[in-house]
Amino acid sequence: MPANNGYKVIGTRPIRHDGVDKVTGRAIYGADTQLAGLLYGQVLRSPHAHARIKSIDTSKAVALPGVKAVLTGTDLPDAGDQIVDLGEGPARLKYLRDNVLATDKALYSGHPVAAVAATSVHVAEEALDLIEVEYEELEAVLDVREAMQEGAPQLHDDMTTQEFGEDTGRKSNLATHFEHRLGDADKAFAEADVVVEREFQTATVHQGYIEPHNATASWNADGQLTVWTSTQGSFTARAQVGAVLDMPISKIKVVPQEIGGGFGGKIPIYLEPVAALLSKASGQPVKMIMTRPAVFESTGPTPGSYIKIKMGADNSGKIVAADAYIAFESGAYPGGLVGAAAMCVFSCYDIPDGRIDCYDVVVNKPRSFAYRAPGSTQVAFATEHVVDLLAAQLGMEPLEIRLKNNATTGTRRIDGVVYPKMGCKEVLEAIRDSEHYQSSAPAGPNGGRGISVGYWFNVGLKSSCTASVNADGTVSLVEGSTDIGGTRTSVAMQFAETLGLQAEDVKPQVADTDSIGHTDVTGGSRVTYATGWAAYKAALDVQDQLCERAAQLWEVEAGQVEFDDGVFRSGDNELTFKELAGRLEETGGPVIGRATVDPDSGVGGSFAANIADVEVDPETGKVDILRFTVIQDAGRAIHPAYVEGQMQGGSVQGIGWALNEEYFYSGDGHLDNSSFLDYRIPTSLDLPMIETIIVEVPNPGHPYGVRGVGEANIAPPPAAIAAAIEDAVGVRPQELPMKPDRIVAALQAHEERAAQAAGG
Amino acid sequence: MSKTHVQTTINGEPTEFLCEPRQSLLEVLRETLGFTGTKEGCNDGNCGACSIVVDGVLVDSCLMLAVEADGKQIGTVEGLASPDSLHPVQQKFLEHAALQCGICTPGFLVASKALLDHNPNPSEHEVRHWLAGNLCRCTGYDKIVRAVLDAAEEVHQSA
Repeated sequence: MPANNGYKVIGTRPIRHDGVDKVTGRAIYGADTQLAGLLYGQVLRSPHAHARIKSIDTSKAVALPGVKAVLTGTDLPDAGDQIVDLGEGPARLKYLRDNVLATDKALYSGHPVAAVAATSVHVAEEALDLIEVEYEELEAVLDVREAMQEGAPQLHDDMTTQEFGEDTGRKSNLATHFEHRLGDADKAFAEADVVVEREFQTATVHQGYIEPHNATASWNADGQLTVWTSTQGSFTARAQVGAVLDMPISKIKVVPQEIGGGFGGKIPIYLEPVAALLSKASGQPVKMIMTRPAVFESTGPTPGSYIKIKMGADNSGKIVAADAYIAFESGAYPGGLVGAAAMCVFSCYDIPDGRIDCYDVVVNKPRSFAYRAPGSTQVAFATEHVVDLLAAQLGMEPLEIRLKNNATTGTRRIDGVVYPKMGCKEVLEAIRDSEHYQSSAPAGPNGGRGISVGYWFNVGLKSSCTASVNADGTVSLVEGSTDIGGTRTSVAMQFAETLGLQAEDVKPQVADTDSIGHTDVTGGSRVTYATGWAAYKAALDVQDQLCERAAQLWEVEAGQVEFDDGVFRSGDNELTFKELAGRLEETGGPVIGRATVDPDSGVGGSFAANIADVEVDPETGKVDILRFTVIQDAGRAIHPAYVEGQMQGGSVQGIGWALNEEYFYSGDGHLDNSSFLDYRIPTSLDLPMIETIIVEVPNPGHPYGVRGVGEANIAPPPAAIAAAIEDAVGVRPQELPMKPDRIVAALQAHEERAAQAAGG
Repeated sequence: MSKTHVQTTINGEPTEFLCEPRQSLLEVLRETLGFTGTKEGCNDGNCGACSIVVDGVLVDSCLMLAVEADGKQIGTVEGLASPDSLHPVQQKFLEHAALQCGICTPGFLVASKALLDHNPNPSEHEVRHWLAGNLCRCTGYDKIVRAVLDAAEEVHQSA
């Protein structure tokens, strides 16, 4: 079916190029890697949330038959005081290294302290039991506000607070304190007619990808290292491995295998340097697959948070002032995600005066990492609640106050960014115009409806593509972006559109770090945007070269050859792309197009919104999602089915975060729910169909208008569901998750207040 | 540890292997026999990525010892397609874009075929109930459920 947008390929729904491999079991994921002489590695992890490592005795493990190598933290090169920038800002190399294998201290339950390679995974596990570690247990701190208090157990003996860019010299778990200001918030609040302030907490949650982390490494006698891994960024993985192992990147080849979900959590490295050193020590390739409990205990999580939001409005409903206090756990090492939260907290609104006060705090939990629009879900839960309260006090509908205050082209965010063309208003209008919004809210005493809106800024970064024209008129397209959700196809479709080909004429493949130019991570909703742009430019390069070939054949100047809709023309001469591709041999040989991009401007942020209908069981506190709609501005939907898929998947992750997902820590800091049984992500039975409305406000900063749709969709669900719960039963939790016992407690408190009011 | 000789049938093919008694069928399928289409997600029976069919019953292969495969008929994702065509559930997963990263897909396909073998005309609720043992973190299940319902329709029509 042709697309109804002026394009021939963009907007259609071809079957993905890697589809058959993935439905037949033939696609090779990281854990599927097989090599001759393969050993199996396992990691010993700290049982304590906070402990000094006094000694490690590996002698009994080394002596076990079948064990080929044993490592501890001291086997990694000393990081000294080096600062490295591996794409996410400057960071202490020691923190990166110590998270791979601890040296002096274990900072969270599950922190790696030693590793073994053996002839089978079972022998490796037996060997772990023979490693004797002497710990001095220390008091742990697990909550962001407790960690900031004076006298709290200090994770890093030498860490001092950086405040507004200056080192205070003050030892603390508070790594960084910074703020953004716009205008005069105090004055604006003083002049506001209505002011609302509330505080919120959100639990630590995990990305929950189904594939555990894995790495297979082969260290050759000449010092060349090859790593096969499931990663969101092979070049980023190479840079991190090089930094931790103190090796030049030219000695390392990272081969990105298929990846079974990432959502931000497979940008960092964990097993790769360990597998590499085990291979070096044993002289054999080593495969490591993380256990599921270790995935929960040692990787991922997105920060738990404490947030205070104050907003003021005038009697017309115009929001005039906003103030946020945002404290995020960064886990065991500093450098968390509060900066991104600051960019999202008031991003849906045009607010003239405001302040955003941010705190990055270490706690005895795994180092937190990105999880789909990192930081945005936490702050959307908070801000959207306060916006609804302002609306209620002003006698406005939730949608009305949002449409009166939505951010738009030219809006200056409190953190300074000025918006280019943006689709916030269009997304809100799509709520208004939807059949769902116009239908009756769920009937019955315990049914309710809520709406919300959320944002993610998206990123650009570097991408590379090469394109080889085949004699049969097809093109082999090589890219560096690992494909987590169908991006081979969305990138290939942009290439095909540019040259007037069919999607099926382009054969995309993801290459290793020796076989394609530098390409940054699959993250920030950037692949369809930036790698798609690289494919577009590579297609233009092919087009230029083919114009020259046609000119040769027709004995005209290249400038006299025109290309339109897959056909080269000059005067009466005409050749289709396929015909000309078959004549490359006689005009100078093969044609390869290539392109790199680094779009630092042109990135288009994306807004997403929800309409959620729920039913609350007041006896048990269980919340059922009856109907759910997600609306998102895609800019341009290249492959609408996979755009819908991103919207649906992000929504359901947001629903899980809203209702049941959280890390349960025992008092001493042990993670008590490190399995999919106890860390319960939504199942098919928990959900209705997830309805989608794609809004297209083309991004003027991209040749096809792409914005990127991977992330904004996770931000609004908890807020929409909270609003629906309030609409249903009159209470609105200020803490995530909104689990049954929390709903029941809130209902009981509500009834007691009502009884007191009636009695008094 | 001494190994045990096991005789079984995998995707219709008589197969023999040696394994340690402590090895799961999942481990032997993947690491010994090369059937890496069956995925490991949790190794404790909670995600369904390693779903296989044993004598017609849907099983998490991580929860079954390899020695228990002796004398059994094992079906994996590699056995779903015929040489000239995909099984309808495979084809419908592709047409409905019912996979993103694809790691859970083999488990879902094996489970979905087992559902249709057992109940060729399931309701949406029955599909959701049957597949509740298979976790997907990418799709939100919408397109998976639609693909299975559509495959049921096709199986129905061709029957």
